[in-house]
Order: sequence, then structure tokens, then C-alpha cells
Amino acid sequence: MIPYVARRLLGVVAVLLVLSVVVYATFYLAPGDPARLACGPKCDPEQVRQVRAQLGLDEPVYVQYWHFLTGVVTGHDYSTGTGVRHCDAPCLGLSFQNDQSVTGLIAQRLPATASLAAGAMVLWLVIGIGSGLLSVLRRGGATERVLTWITLAGTATPVFISGIGLLMLFCAYLEWLPFPTYVPLTDDPEQWAWNLLLPCLALALLESAKYARLTRSSLLETLAEDHVRTFRAYGVGERAIVGRHALRGALAPVIALTAADFGSMFGNAMLTETMFGLPGVGQLLVHATQTIDLPVVVGLVMVTGAAVAIANIVADVLYAVADRRVALR
Amino acid sequence: MTLVSVEGLSVSFPSAGGPPVRAVEDLSFALAPGGALGIVGESGSGKSTAAYALLGLHRGTGARVAGTVRVAGHDVTAADEAELRTVRGGVAAMVFQDPLSSLDPYQAVGDQIAEVYRVHHRGASRRAARERAVEVLDRVGIPDAARRARSRPHEFSGGQRQRALIAMAVACEPRLLVADEPTTALDVTVQAQILGLLRELREETGMGLVLVTHDLGVAAGNVDELLVMRGGRAVESGPVREVLRAPREPYTRDLLAAVPRVEVRREPSPSSSSLPSSPSVSAEGPALIEATGLRQEFGRGRRSVTAVDGVSLTLRAGETVGVVGESGSGKTTLGRMLVRLLRPSGGELRYRGREIGTLGERELRSFRSELQMVFQDPVSSLNPRRSVGESIADPLRAAGRTSEKEIVARVRDLLERVGLDPDAYHRYPHEFSGGQRQRVGIARALAPSPKVVVCDEPVSALDVTTQAQVVALLGELQRELGLALVFIAHDLAVVRQVSDRVVVMRGGRVLEHGPADAVYERPEHPYTRGLLEAVPRVG
Repeated sequence: MIPYVARRLLGVVAVLLVLSVVVYATFYLAPGDPARLACGPKCDPEQVRQVRAQLGLDEPVYVQYWHFLTGVVTGHDYSTGTGVRHCDAPCLGLSFQNDQSVTGLIAQRLPATASLAAGAMVLWLVIGIGSGLLSVLRRGGATERVLTWITLAGTATPVFISGIGLLMLFCAYLEWLPFPTYVPLTDDPEQWAWNLLLPCLALALLESAKYARLTRSSLLETLAEDHVRTFRAYGVGERAIVGRHALRGALAPVIALTAADFGSMFGNAMLTETMFGLPGVGQLLVHATQTIDLPVVVGLVMVTGAAVAIANIVADVLYAVADRRVALR
Repeated sequence: MTLVSVEGLSVSFPSAGGPPVRAVEDLSFALAPGGALGIVGESGSGKSTAAYALLGLHRGTGARVAGTVRVAGHDVTAADEAELRTVRGGVAAMVFQDPLSSLDPYQAVGDQIAEVYRVHHRGASRRAARERAVEVLDRVGIPDAARRARSRPHEFSGGQRQRALIAMAVACEPRLLVADEPTTALDVTVQAQILGLLRELREETGMGLVLVTHDLGVAAGNVDELLVMRGGRAVESGPVREVLRAPREPYTRDLLAAVPRVEVRREPSPSSSSLPSSPSVSAEGPALIEATGLRQEFGRGRRSVTAVDGVSLTLRAGETVGVVGESGSGKTTLGRMLVRLLRPSGGELRYRGREIGTLGERELRSFRSELQMVFQDPVSSLNPRRSVGESIADPLRAAGRTSEKEIVARVRDLLERVGLDPDAYHRYPHEFSGGQRQRVGIARALAPSPKVVVCDEPVSALDVTTQAQVVALLGELQRELGLALVFIAHDLAVVRQVSDRVVVMRGGRVLEHGPADAVYERPEHPYTRGLLEAVPRVG
């Protein structure tokens, strides 16, 4: 298993390299002048030229890309006009906007997004698999219809609606929860959890219908398999059949989908972050894209890409652990 | 007191947009404690449906069940869920056809047996249940049972999986064992072992047996009473010897007549004088295929598997060479190489004197129409979205010489030749029965006027009566067209009925090769003798 994971991680590096080339190329071809945007509206052409030179934007694109690559591995020295700033490896460059280290910017904001994604994942798995399971156990009855209806409604409601609804219900009227503010896990784990509950729930409601449906259809499929018939023919109860013999096989597609969704949360949760005022990477990405802040965009694409790729490796390993017939190679 | 008594059993399944399908109608039978009843019939006769009803397995499936089913004093049709659960496994245990899919792939075999044991022995501890699982696995002949109990089903061979399923049944000490085609998916030697094990267990425990099978030979040696079913109804029943020796009903007689028998010589083909245009069927025709030291390896390096290991074979025009062997013997791989669906990894393959083993796809094209193949599964080897006429026309179009009008005329001619209605051109595969579909497959193989046709298990998915018809059709076509046939099958009796010469394969090698009657009557290799002894005989 270890050689397999090592080989897959090498694959991730290759994917990230390709991604960075694509982002650089897109950036180079896109209209807009980052130097002008960084300098501000009052700059004259001479000042813009100075800023461009300072940001290294007057160099050919492959030289810029080379600086980026060497920066990641060995660190890089940047001129800030008045002096030189050293950026330690892994250096993703300095923001065009405020000369802050991109690595630092992302490191600052990643915990909030990671907490949100992880919390939401746990909730959507609990809600999704739970209601999928329940609707199979009570198939054909009212429970199944109500569950389908609720999860579908969750998916059909945008986060900014369900978010406001949750905030009004739990924070304003019932006053069960404080209005969420981000408390880092390292500061106070309990407050961290309570404050993240609503944003995670809003995001999870959006995703859980998909999981409920997948769990349900996949379970019904495994329930029709021959080995389930064997246990029925030996008097094993329905609950044990579903829980012990059908669920395990049915979860394979759920694992795969979870990996993809969890990874993409790093780029897609910005609406929820904004809604609940979480200082996550989503807001950073929106801002960086608007201001053509290349180092920040590249850095975020790298982090998102790595999250998706690593989540998929974890999924494949889990697959092999769940089903011993799967050989990792 | 009887162990099983079934009275007026009817089972029907609702079908979308039509009247319900009556799978079993007004069926009655009984079984004394410790007795053995065989239910035989062709596909669709309702034999499995009837067996499932013994354990109340139709409950919750939407099927309508009428009549009474009593097993060891339990009224299965009226029992509540709790009673039914004690009957299932505890009173009547079931063994299924496909031992691979009938066990949970994710769990250790021993744990599965232990789980079932604890359902019926509420007080048993986990540890006691595991010990019981090891005990029964050992009893059914799994070597090193304590260690193997921790293995998952995919680590077992087909025969061992069926033994494990039987162990699961034995663990619960049922009074009745219901076995639904328990050996159909197994090789003939393994089948003999499993049937022997079932006999031993019955003697030891005195449990009754209901054996559902399509194979009259299997029933003949393993049950006391026989029930012949057709179209959901009982045709005939009685002591097995009487039914097989002196069948009263015409259907039973037809069924018996259609069973290929390994001890009977091939019927001499009608003299060629009645078919003036036919070439002679002597073994002295020109050699079409000459294979020397043919090899096929799959995979590379340490993981590589040699499927065919140095096989030499000559095939002459107008003759049939039968290839028999158990699963994994390399017979299918050999067949696919002979028509160059696979490129041999080594050895020589000559077709009419020309080396074709190493030719590329482009150079092979001119040979494709002369080398054809008929596949085992007539369901999956026809495209369900194309009409059968189009499927037959495909190889003609691929050859690409004739006009559309000629193609259609040729397809209609072919359909008629294989005994189908020429107007069936525009119908789709699902509208045909299994035997008819195999006729379509044969018509498709014949379309480009081949010289060599390799038939890979062409009748093993078919019922015996259909089997006999398809085999007869192949023989007729061969005589008419002077084809060279390679007939690959695991069923030794069928191979004997069609072959001039027989090749016995095992582990990728030819063990024995000779005229069919010589191989069957004076087998030289002990393996061949073992194979022939394992074939169940009807009487």
C-alpha cells in the first residue's frame, strides 16, 4: 500500500505542475493589466512601469513561471521597491496587491475552509446515508416519501436562503446558538464546533439529497444481489441484512463521490463562507481573481487541486480497505 | 408424518402491462423424512420457483402464492415473519446455484457461517459460533479449516465455495436441504465430489433433500423420487428408476431422448449419396488449419499466466474436432487463437498453408470471412439494439463486396437455412428464445461463407431439447457446406455426439488426442478416465 500511495502522490505533483502551467497560460492570455490594478487609479504610466518591473511582470512569461517553480522549492527574494524581502520555501510568491506572502495568506485562511468542508462532509454523510438507509428500510411507505421530499427541498434551496433561514431560526428566534464567528480549533474546540454548526449544516443540506439518493439506489442494487438472498434464506433479519451485508457494498460509490465533493469544497464553499462571515479561502479567491492577483490565484488553484487529488487517493485506499478484492496497483 | 407436503401450490409474478406470469400452477408433492426428491425440467418450467416456495422466499417480492406448503409441521405460507425466520435455515436450508455470488464478498466465510448459526442458536457466544463454523467447514472437506475460515469467498475455488455454502446449511442442522442447481456452475469432476458430499451428509444426518436440476443425469444418481415439470405444472412423478426407465408421458420421453449420452456412439451421418453436392466427410480432406506448438500468455513478468502451452492440432475440411476440458483448461483461448481473435504468443498457425499467426489486422482481413466463431451466450453476443437481420448482415458488409439487395437476399436465405422465418429479419434479439438466438448466431457465422467455424460452448446455455436441435443443425450445415468445425465444450456427452476427433485439454496442454470413440472407450490418460467416470449417467 505504501508504494502505491507514494506513486499516487507523485502523480499529484504532476497534476499540480500541469495545473500551474494552465493557470499561467490563461493569465498571460487574459486581458487586463495587473500592474495598473496594483498601482491604483491615480498612477501615471511611469509609475505603472515601475510597479510592473517591481512585480517582475516585464519579464517573459516562462521566466516568471520559472521563478514561481524555484520559489516553491527553494524560496525566493523579492524586491519591494525599498528593500528585498525573502520568502521561504514553499514560496508561492507575494500578492500583487499588498506584497503579503501568498503561502501565509492561504495558511491563514485554510483552517476555516478546511473546518467547514470537513464538518459539512460529516453532516452530509450522516444525513445522506441515514435518510437513504431509512428510506430503504421503510421502502414503499410514507417515511420514504417524506425523506425524499425533505432532502430534495434541501438541494433545491440555495445556501443564501437556507443560511438566512437557519440563522433566523436558531440564532435570532430560538437563541440556541450564537451568531457564528470563526473561532480557530486550536483556541477553543467547543466554541469552534458550535460556531461552525450552522454553516456546515447549510452546506450539508445542499449536498445531502445527492447522497441520500445514491445510498438508496446503490443499496437497492446490492439488496438484489445473490448473497443477500442467501442470508434471507437463512432467516437473518432485514436490519442485519441491510446493515451487515448490503451497506458495505453500497457505500463504494458514496466514498468516491465524497472524495470528489470534499476536494471541490475548497473552491466552491465561498458562498457559504461569505454568508456566515467565515475567513476562508473562497473570499480570497474571488478577490484575487477580480484584481488579477496571479500569485494568489495560482496558490489557491494549487491548494484546491491538491485537496481534490489527495481526497481521491484517500478514497481509493478506503475502497481497497472496504473490498479486499480490489488490488492497489 | 411427511417432511414436506405441498398442495395446490400456484405462484404468479405480476408483469408490467400484461397478465401475471404463472410460474407454478396447481403443484402438489410430498417428501417423507430423510427422502430425496428431484425436481427436473427445462428453463421456465417453474422448478426453482417451486423450491423457493418451500422456504417462503417469495414473500415480499410481489409474487402471489396460493395453496399450502408445509415443512416439518410449519405452514410456510401462513407463518408470520418470526416463524418463517426459524424455518429458514433452522428447518429447511438452501444451497444455491452460483457459489461465487451466493456468499458475501466482503466478509470472511467463517464469519458468515457463524452469523447464520447464531440466528438459530440464540444463546451461542460469538466464539462458540466461530468454532462451529470451523467444525462444519472441516466436515465438508475444506482443508485447514481453522485458517480458511478467515478467508473471503474470492480466495476459494468454485468447488470450495459450494462446499462452504453447504457447510452453512449443515451448521444449522436442518431437517431438509433444498439445493437449487447446486452443481450447474461447476466442472464435472467437482460436481461429482459435491454430489458425493451431499450423499454422505444425508446418510450422516438423515436430512431430506429437494434437488432442483435441469440435468437428468444428476437427478438419476442422487434422488429417490422424481418430479418432472413443464410450464409450471407437474408432468409426471414417481420413483426415479420407474420414471427414467419407463416414462409414461410423451414429454418425459422426449426429454430423455434429447439427453446426450456419453456412453453412446455418434450416430452415423446420413450417407452422402442423399446429398449429392456434399463433399466427402472422410478425415482425408485437405488440411485447413495446422497449428504447431501454439502458445498464449496473458500478462507480463511474474504475473503472467500461460493459458495455452504448446498445442498442436490439424483441422481438415468437413471434419469436426471436439475440444473438451474443465474451466481454466485453455480451450476457449485455443479456439480464439484458431480464428485469430487472439494473436498467439508463440508457435505456428497455418491456414491453407499460409502462416497467419503473426499477421497484422490489415493482412488478416482477407482471411476473416473464412474463419468464423459461434459464441456461448446467445444473449450477450448479439447487439440488443440491432435487428437480427442487421446482425447477420454485418459480416457481409464488413467483407464489402455485394450490393444491399444481395445482402438482404443472402440474410433471408441464411435465416431460412438455420430454421428461422426469413421475415424475422427486422425483429430484435429479445423477441427470440435462447435456441432461436443461437440459430441467429450460427447464421451470422455462416454469412461470409466460412471454411472454418469455431463453436465455443454453443449449446451449454440451452435446454437439452434445444441443445439436440442446435447440434443437429450444425451437423446438417457441416455436411451441406463442407465446413471444418471446432466444437469446444465442457460437456463430454455433447462433444461425443458431434465430433470425429477429440482433444482433451488441461492446464493449457493437450493430454489426449484421437478419434472420438477411441478416446471415450479406451481413454489412455488417467485424467480422461477420471473425467468420463465423473459424468452423471441417466440410467
